[in-house]
Amino acid sequence: MTTELITKPALKAESEKLCFYYGGGVQALKSVSLSIPDRHATALIGPSGCGKTTYLRCLNRMHDLYPGNRYVGTVWLYPDGLNIVDHTIDPIEIRMRVGMVFQKPNPFPTSIYENVAYGLRIRGAMTRSDLDGIVEQSLKDAALWPEVKDRLRDLASNLSGGQQQRLCIARALATSPEMLLFDEPTSALDPTATARIEELVQELKQRITIVIVTHNMQQAARVSDYTAFMYEGELVEVDRTEKIFTNPSNKLTEEYVTGRFG
Amino acid sequence: MFLKNDIDKSIDAARVRGRIAQSQLRDRLFSVAGLVVMAVASFVLLALLLQLAYDGIGRVSWKFFTSYPSRFPSQAGILSAWIGTVLVMFLTALTAIPLGIGAAIYLEEYAPKNWLTDLIEINITNLAGVPSIVYGLMALGLLVYEFHLGQSFLTAGLTLAMLILPMVIIATREALRAVPPQILEASFALGATKWQTIRDHVVPYSMGGILTGIILSLSRAVGETAPLLTVGALSFIAFLPNPPLTSEFPFISIQWLFDPFTVMPIQMFNWVSRPQEEFHINAAAAGVILMLMTLAMNALAITVRARFRRRIHW
Repeated sequence: MTTELITKPALKAESEKLCFYYGGGVQALKSVSLSIPDRHATALIGPSGCGKTTYLRCLNRMHDLYPGNRYVGTVWLYPDGLNIVDHTIDPIEIRMRVGMVFQKPNPFPTSIYENVAYGLRIRGAMTRSDLDGIVEQSLKDAALWPEVKDRLRDLASNLSGGQQQRLCIARALATSPEMLLFDEPTSALDPTATARIEELVQELKQRITIVIVTHNMQQAARVSDYTAFMYEGELVEVDRTEKIFTNPSNKLTEEYVTGRFG
Repeated sequence: MFLKNDIDKSIDAARVRGRIAQSQLRDRLFSVAGLVVMAVASFVLLALLLQLAYDGIGRVSWKFFTSYPSRFPSQAGILSAWIGTVLVMFLTALTAIPLGIGAAIYLEEYAPKNWLTDLIEINITNLAGVPSIVYGLMALGLLVYEFHLGQSFLTAGLTLAMLILPMVIIATREALRAVPPQILEASFALGATKWQTIRDHVVPYSMGGILTGIILSLSRAVGETAPLLTVGALSFIAFLPNPPLTSEFPFISIQWLFDPFTVMPIQMFNWVSRPQEEFHINAAAAGVILMLMTLAMNALAITVRARFRRRIHW
């Protein structure tokens, strides 16, 4: 069941009856139709196994990395109206436009600089000074620059967990993605580091479309403009975040956000 | 205030302590047993090494390295043997490393998971356990008789390359597999292709393991005797192969590839089978040098691994 968004901002992506099957034949998404507004943050919440991460990983075709996975339905990427899950579209093209930040910080075991520069390097030739400039800007955008500006050549693994996660955000930002996917980005971090990531998400959503999966409902309430509640592979309800948390239309949503199950 | 319990807690505690003491005793017994086993094993190895060194060390001199074999034991040396070993190892490494790494990358990253891949995998694992003389027979039939490569350096290098190829493949695959999937996903999520991910991440991060496997495989090949005897190693060579560099254009010569060869263990084998006691001393001396070569390669493997471990933590 889909809920019409009350005010309709421009959309960045829109899934229509998206079904997803894992290699073993398990259906993880059941006809999910969800609109993702441009330059806003959309949170996906729901109990473990509800399909929220599966949905997120459809948006940059991560599932293509493992054999046997199958998409049915469409996910439009706007403004050009490209079908993200069309198998004739190279997943690399999608990933060039849609960035991702993972649950556990996963920096490459190279220098801080090389981590941020990698996405640019695979996009082709660039002068040294251009590269330096973008690396610096990305680290600034990820609120990491003051902490690392004097040690860009240090190994990324020497950073703390929270710094590593911000480095991963900088790495994703360096390639100027149109949409940035966050898969429970703070579940491995302490409260202080979590707060900094949340602040960052709130800043970034001014200019990038953000989709964030979280099992922390307070986090969804704090950072997102829209919240989608999923349950057993289906989209139960999507609405403005304050509405979902104060006055949801669906009984199941209400039970979940008030902590009665999940 | 005391908490009242139905059960008498002090008895329970005594029983728990008794059980812990029993487990601790077993722990200690096992560690002592392990220590004894290790001591016996290292003692035997050490005794062999010391005996070899005791017999041979007196013969090791500069002249021993710079002399050809001779019918006079006191004039005989290992010049053709150690140069042969170096050249054969060079050819083995040149063939086995690219083939092994390539095969491992294909099997680990590209091969579809089906029965054919499974069959290949089982075969590679089995090939690593095939006796080396069997490789010698295959090389004799294939390289010497079929391809007419002769009883040459090329044949020897290719034979040992075939012998260590499965080991290189297995070690490389293990190393590739040790790269965490989250790192690969990070690369793919940035829009990298499979090849970019392998070239920029998988291979560089597993280089420590790959090099370790390669060096250990080569150190095994250094001591191989049986397959090289089979393909026709000469045990008495009083000349050096054609030089690989020449003074005339094109300055590089591959003539040496087709020259007859010998290697260190063959030279040893030859001396051991002589009746004269003095030759046995020569064999021991050559053995000391061969052991040192192997130990040096193992030390190198350990250093390489340590270096890469320091750089890369997940």
